[in-house]
Amino acid sequence: MSSISEKISLRRARFDFALRMGDNGLILSHRLSQWLGRAHAIEEDIALANIALDLLGQARLWLSLAGRIEGRGRGEDALAFFRGESDFRHFALAEQPNGDFARTIMRQFLFDARQLALLEKLGESADKEFAALAAKGAKETSYHIRHSAAWMRRLGCGTAESNRRLKEAAEELLRFCGGMFCEERGEELLARRGVIPSADILRAQWQSTVEQVFAESDLPPPDAKAIDSRPSFCGHTEHLGYILAEMQSLPRLHPQAKW
Amino acid sequence: MKKKQKQKRGGGEQLFEVFVRPRAGLGHRHVGSVCAADAEMALLHARDCFTRRMEGASIWVVPSSSVTVSAPGDKESFFEPAADKTYRHSGFYRVPGDVKHL
Amino acid sequence: MRKKNAADAADAAFCARVAEGFVEPGDAMPDGYRATLIRQMSQHAHSEIVGMEPEGNWITRAPSLRRKAILLAKVQDEAGHGLYLYGAAETLGTTRAEMTRQLLAGEAKYSSIFNYPALTWADIGAIGWLVDGAAIINQVPLCRCSFGPYARAMQRICKEESFHQRQGFEIMLALARGEKAQREMAQNSLNRWWEPTLMMFGPPDGESRHSAQSMRWKIKLHSNDELRQRFVNMIVPQARYLKLRVPGSPKKDRRTGDYSYGPINWEEFRNVIAGNGPCNRDRLRARKKAEEDGKWVREASAAFAKKHLERRAA
Repeated sequence: MSSISEKISLRRARFDFALRMGDNGLILSHRLSQWLGRAHAIEEDIALANIALDLLGQARLWLSLAGRIEGRGRGEDALAFFRGESDFRHFALAEQPNGDFARTIMRQFLFDARQLALLEKLGESADKEFAALAAKGAKETSYHIRHSAAWMRRLGCGTAESNRRLKEAAEELLRFCGGMFCEERGEELLARRGVIPSADILRAQWQSTVEQVFAESDLPPPDAKAIDSRPSFCGHTEHLGYILAEMQSLPRLHPQAKW
Repeated sequence: MKKKQKQKRGGGEQLFEVFVRPRAGLGHRHVGSVCAADAEMALLHARDCFTRRMEGASIWVVPSSSVTVSAPGDKESFFEPAADKTYRHSGFYRVPGDVKHL
Repeated sequence: MRKKNAADAADAAFCARVAEGFVEPGDAMPDGYRATLIRQMSQHAHSEIVGMEPEGNWITRAPSLRRKAILLAKVQDEAGHGLYLYGAAETLGTTRAEMTRQLLAGEAKYSSIFNYPALTWADIGAIGWLVDGAAIINQVPLCRCSFGPYARAMQRICKEESFHQRQGFEIMLALARGEKAQREMAQNSLNRWWEPTLMMFGPPDGESRHSAQSMRWKIKLHSNDELRQRFVNMIVPQARYLKLRVPGSPKKDRRTGDYSYGPINWEEFRNVIAGNGPCNRDRLRARKKAEEDGKWVREASAAFAKKHLERRAA
C-alpha cells in the first residue's frame, strides 16, 4: 500500500471509528432519555438522565471530532440529523427498546462492560485526540457500570419476579452482544497501529466482567458460543428507523433553519 | 418528631438524610433527603440527585431513623445556659491598646 | 367563647413567632399551618413531577444536540425539584408514598398549566420563558417563607432554575430571528400559552380562598394579582424585543407603569382544574403507569436490602 492511499484509509478508519463512538452514545442516550418520568422512583429518573446526559455529551464530542477528521464541514448536528439508517454505525444493542427496567439495566450493563474496557485502553492510544476523549469518557463510564452492576445484583438477587425479568432480559439481549466485537471496516488497521485495542482483547475483558456480575446476580453464565455464533450480525434492527424518524423529523422539516 | 420515620413507607423504602462536603476543607452539610431501600442505593441516589452541579467532594447518607434529635421543648435547658457565659468570647476581654498580637 | 379566645391568642402568638423567624419541623405549630403547608408543598412537588411530561415529550425530538442536552438537563432538574419538595414536606410527618397516592387518586392538585399540550418546538421555548418565568416570580418570595425546610428547598430550586427561563428565551429568540415558519411557530405558541400562564398565579385576590391566612403565616408573601402584574410587566418588554405580539395588546399605565392584561377566562381555569383540560387524563395516566410499572422494582430492591442485612447479621 502506498503511503498516500494508506493515509486516506487511515483517515477514513478514524472517521468511521469516531462516528461509531458518537452514534453509540447518541442512540443509547436517546433510549435512556425516554425513561425520564417513567422510572420506579424520582431518584432513578434522575440517575438514568445523568447517564443519558453523559452519553450525549460524549456523543457530541465524538461526532464533532468525526466531522473535523472528515474535513467537509459537517458538524455534530449535520451528522446526527442528516444521515440515514445505513450510515449509522452504533451497535444493534444500543437501539433495542427499553422494555422493562430489567431490560434497560441489562442493556446498559452489557454496553458499559465493553465501553469501560475500551475507554480505559483507548486512554493510552497513540492518537492523542482519541486518548483525550476516552479519558473523559472513562470517568463517566466507571460510574455508569457501578450503577448498572448494582442494579444487576439487586434485581438478580431481589425477588423471584425480578430474577425472572432479568433472565429474560439476558436472553433477549445477549444475542446482540456479538455485534459489539465485529471488527468494522478500518478497525483492524487502527488496532494494528495501536490507535484502538483489538476486538479480541475487549471481548476477553468483557466476558470476564459479565461472567463475574452474572454470577453475583444469580444468573446462569452467558453462553459464549451463542454470543459468537453469529458474528456476521453487525447490522441494525428495525427499531433504528423509528428512532431516526422521531429524532430527525424537525431539522429535516426545516433543513436551513437555525435553532 | 421521631414518630414519622417509623411510618410504613411504600415498598420497604426508607428515608436517608444526605450530607455533602462541598469541597475539601469544609464540613459536610445537610442538603436534603432521598428514598432508598438501603445505604448502597441511597449513596448512588444522593450522588445523582445532589451533586449535578459539581457541588460535592464527599457524601454521607444516614438513615433518618438513626438521627437523634433534641426536643424543641429542651431548647431552654439546652441552649440558654450558654447565654450568660460571655467570658467564652474574646470580645469579653479588654486588652490595653498598646499590646499587640493578642 | 372562652375556647375561641384561647385559640385566637394561640394563633396570634404563632403569627408573632413567624414574624420573628423560621419555624422548624420539630417546633410547635397550629394544625392548620401544618396541613396547609403539606398541601402547598405536595401540590408544588406534584407540579414539578407532572410538569416533566409536556417538555419530556420533546427531548427525543429536540432539533439540535445542544438543545437536546439542555432540555434533558432541565427536565431532570424538575425531577430533582420535585424530590426536594417532597423531602421538605416529609419533615412534617407525611410520606412520599402517601402524597403520591393522593395525586393518583385525584385528591391532590398540581398546576393547571401542565394540562395543556406542548405541540411544537416553540412550545418548549414558551414553557421555559413564560411558565418558568411565572414559576420564578411565584417562588422567589418563598425563599423567605416561614417554614425552614420549604424556604431552603426553594432557595436551592431558585438557584438551579435561573437557567431554565433563559434557555426558554433563547429558544424563542432563535425562532424569532429565524425563518418565516419559525417566527409563526413562536407567535402561535405565545398565543396559546399566554392566558394559561396568567392563570398560574391563581384566582383574582377577591376569590382566593386561603390567601389571608397563608399570608399571616408567611407561607404566601404576595397576593395573586400582585404577582400576576409583576409577571406581565416583566414579559411584555421581552416579547417586544422578540417582536412577538402579546395577546390582548397590553397598554402601559402611565401613572403606575403597569401593563394591562386580560380578561382571563376563569371558567376555563376551573374547568381544567376540575380535570377537563386537554391533557389531564394523559398526565395522570403517565404517573399511574410509572407507579404501577415500578412496583416490582421497589419490591426487588427492598427484598435485596433485607437479604443483605440478614446476611450481615448472621
